[in-house]
Amino acid sequence: MSKIRRQFLSGLLIAGFFLAWQLICVGFGVSDIVLPSPSQIVATLVHDFTAIWPHAFQTLYTTMLGFVLAIVSGVALGVVVGSSRVAYDVANPLLVGFASIPKVAVVPIFVLWFGAGTVPAVLTAMVTAVFPIVVNVATGLATTEPELEDFMKTLHATRLDRLVNVGLPRTMPYFFASLKVAVTLAFVGAVISETVASNRGIGNLMMIASSNFDVPLVFAGLLILALLGVALYAVFSVIESRVTGWATRGIDLASL
Amino acid sequence: MSNHAASSTPLVSLQDVLLAYGTGEKRQVILAETNLTINQGDFIALVGPSGCGKSTILKIVSGLVRVTSGAALVKGREVGAAPIRIGMAFQNPTLLPWLTIRDNVMMPLKIVPPFRQQFQKERHRGFRDRVEALLSQVGLAGQGDKHPWQLSGGMLQRASLCRALVHEPELLMLDEPFGALDQFTREELWAIMQDLWMTRRPTVLLVTHDLKEAGYLADRICVMRAKPGRIVEQRDIGFARPRTVETTFSPEFTTLTHDLRAAIVAVRNASKEAA
Repeated sequence: MSKIRRQFLSGLLIAGFFLAWQLICVGFGVSDIVLPSPSQIVATLVHDFTAIWPHAFQTLYTTMLGFVLAIVSGVALGVVVGSSRVAYDVANPLLVGFASIPKVAVVPIFVLWFGAGTVPAVLTAMVTAVFPIVVNVATGLATTEPELEDFMKTLHATRLDRLVNVGLPRTMPYFFASLKVAVTLAFVGAVISETVASNRGIGNLMMIASSNFDVPLVFAGLLILALLGVALYAVFSVIESRVTGWATRGIDLASL
Repeated sequence: MSNHAASSTPLVSLQDVLLAYGTGEKRQVILAETNLTINQGDFIALVGPSGCGKSTILKIVSGLVRVTSGAALVKGREVGAAPIRIGMAFQNPTLLPWLTIRDNVMMPLKIVPPFRQQFQKERHRGFRDRVEALLSQVGLAGQGDKHPWQLSGGMLQRASLCRALVHEPELLMLDEPFGALDQFTREELWAIMQDLWMTRRPTVLLVTHDLKEAGYLADRICVMRAKPGRIVEQRDIGFARPRTVETTFSPEFTTLTHDLRAAIVAVRNASKEAA
């Protein structure tokens, strides 16, 4: 199927989803306390834009800061863990253990340490996003072909030579695949933390709106989150295809 | 036996090499009582049944594997002690998919001294010319800007040979480099390999399953047996160079491959009985 045709159908599906939602709300006379219609949500978004905007910015800010920290620490940790088969096997159980902790559970600890506000949101975003990065970078490094390792060793390449010339470039497709997942996870982490312990951010906005029974505003927050999430995912997809086109060659040109 | 009169120290010398993994019940002897002398400029082929430790000899000589006992000497010193440039090519070309063919071939120059120190200065000048010259010698002129996935298996293997030779190695290790190619491509690459060897004269250690290939390329063929692996026969090959595919149809050549085949069948049966 051609790219344009697929994009057209995707657009049609999205439009159809909102249209069906609108029709159900109007047709069955659903109360806006239960489920506001898309038109109401958009109206709220426009009307309260100046009130919503600082919260959206705050969430984007904490997410991106947490995400950047996750990339830095994730790559560093991934390089260590992936440096050898042994390191990979030894570290794996601990990594899986940390990765399986529900990240909402760490928010109270961060609040205890740093107080409510921006810092716990950034840190929660970071710890939520870091594990896919660590695991993918480590896997990419640990699965380098043995012949390639031998080839580099017979050239007396140092560990750093091997990492820079073979290991890291080879890991890039894994790394960028993880970034797409990680950026949406960072978002989840930031919003969770804002919901629990902050006076700013979309999470906080939705918390307050729901306690005021301002359901259209809750949904407006949700819509903002979805839009930001899609935008971030799209940005990293484009970067991925630019940087690691060699890994997918012609295939992803068609599927983008 | 080899009649190479080693007037000076041989380039490589394996003396009574034993290589084993594990201990006790699980002890596995890969190589035993292995003796091999390689002189400067030799072209040696290792042939033998699967699992006879052909590739292991390559790994010992290039310092990737340490011997359990015995001596592995390069230039009269223990492997790794004497500085020596090594080139390597495998059955799988292992070119880096994110680099162009030119950058792939240039990789050793980026890493191996003394080229390493000049790399930033020379990569767009002298080194580039050097790579182009190599590429055209193997019939890849003008392909330097392509990526590996744009080339056929035979062309990738040519590029892999260039990468193995670009840093002027004293020792060239070839681990079944033509094993995955079709017959005609393989014969083409034999000619290219012979040409590269005759113009540059590296010392070559070739591992192969193909007796014709061994006879075409090598000065000396070492027949190996398995369980445990060892060299059971060495044979000097005197056919005039440059050899051609026609050479391989001469009666002398046919006798050679016939004898080699018989020798390998005999050692296969012997190791089956031993197991």
